[in-house]
Amino acid sequence: MSVVRSTPLRPVQSLGRWGVESLEAMGRFALFLGEAVVWTFIPPLKVSQFYRRVHFIGVRSLSVILLTGAFTGMVLGLQTFLTLSRFGSEALLGPAVALSLVREMGPVFTALMVTGRTGSALTAEIGIMRITEQIDAIQVMGLNPMRYLIVPILLAGVATFPLLTAIFDVVGILGGYLVGVQIMGLSSGTYFGEMRTFVSLDDITTGLWKSFAFGVVVTWACSYKGYYTAQGTVGVSRATTEAVVLSSVLILVWDYFMGSVLP
Amino acid sequence: MKRTNLELTVGGFVLIGILALGYLSINLGRVELLGRRGYMIFADFPTVGGLKSGSSVEIAGVEVGRVDSIRLANYQARVTFRIQEGVKLQEDTIASIKTKGLIGEKYVRLSPGGSDRVIQSGGQIREVEAPVDLEELIGKYIFGQVE
Repeated sequence: MSVVRSTPLRPVQSLGRWGVESLEAMGRFALFLGEAVVWTFIPPLKVSQFYRRVHFIGVRSLSVILLTGAFTGMVLGLQTFLTLSRFGSEALLGPAVALSLVREMGPVFTALMVTGRTGSALTAEIGIMRITEQIDAIQVMGLNPMRYLIVPILLAGVATFPLLTAIFDVVGILGGYLVGVQIMGLSSGTYFGEMRTFVSLDDITTGLWKSFAFGVVVTWACSYKGYYTAQGTVGVSRATTEAVVLSSVLILVWDYFMGSVLP
Repeated sequence: MKRTNLELTVGGFVLIGILALGYLSINLGRVELLGRRGYMIFADFPTVGGLKSGSSVEIAGVEVGRVDSIRLANYQARVTFRIQEGVKLQEDTIASIKTKGLIGEKYVRLSPGGSDRVIQSGGQIREVEAPVDLEELIGKYIFGQVE
């Protein structure tokens, strides 16, 4: 493409290039997911790879999920108790903690923690495979990198995120119990009883749908950034940063849209 | 890592996750795991005022069933209850819609009667009491019409 010589038109050209490039990137991003979804439904599935990824995304994230879940619940318990006590309605601490955990914080925090803990590592791993030409080697061996690499990661994301979210929710509710009941002196019957009254199955399924979606979003964004990394170590480090930023932003944006659509 | 170890930890993780999911949905979401048991009866209320399907049905504060569905029948609210097996309701049982606390959720309180005949499955509770409309009551109080 020839560079426009005259200066007044140069900003216009660079704007156009930026537009075309970002449109191309978005198209590639969407096609990447589309291709992975198609390969998901074409047997055989690489089961051992899938196990390895469930271990990588799920089991390795367990400790960080337990820790952050407990402290999120404790903070929620503490702050909500202080707010509610101004209105004399401390009895509603249980439902307040449970609803905010189950509907919003559980899915979102789990997704953000897994992004930081595992998503970045996924991007780096796939990125290094790309720059050391291991992905090309897989192709040369006649294997499909989509089927061998990406599909197990996506499926493992979909399988592990709801489980991690459920663990986060339960640990958070127990953390709220610790602060509300053991420290602030609410009765344990009030905490759990009111929770049972106000939390409905719709709240739990909303949270689960969100976590399914985040499972796709995080693994999709992170494996995409690794798969199309630029050459060199700088390329991998940039891809890792971009993957974390992209999936965190997508999580929060998508959370709003799902929250406004789901009951 | 050895393959058996990998499978073991993955299995353990899935187990913990499913236990957590089960706790959430059974304890908080009130999913009935062993199918729906109990028998159905219904009652027609002039208004249900905030009662929802899934609201609890209590006798003396003890939960004996749940509201199954609410629909319109002959310009009245027909509320169908699912009552636990073994709870016998006399024919002159009174069903009233009450509120837990001042702003709590609505529930149905059954006051047992003294009749010898019990309501069969699919039967109707004839004695009903509509919920108290707090706003209306306050309005009446302000304009001095409370007897």
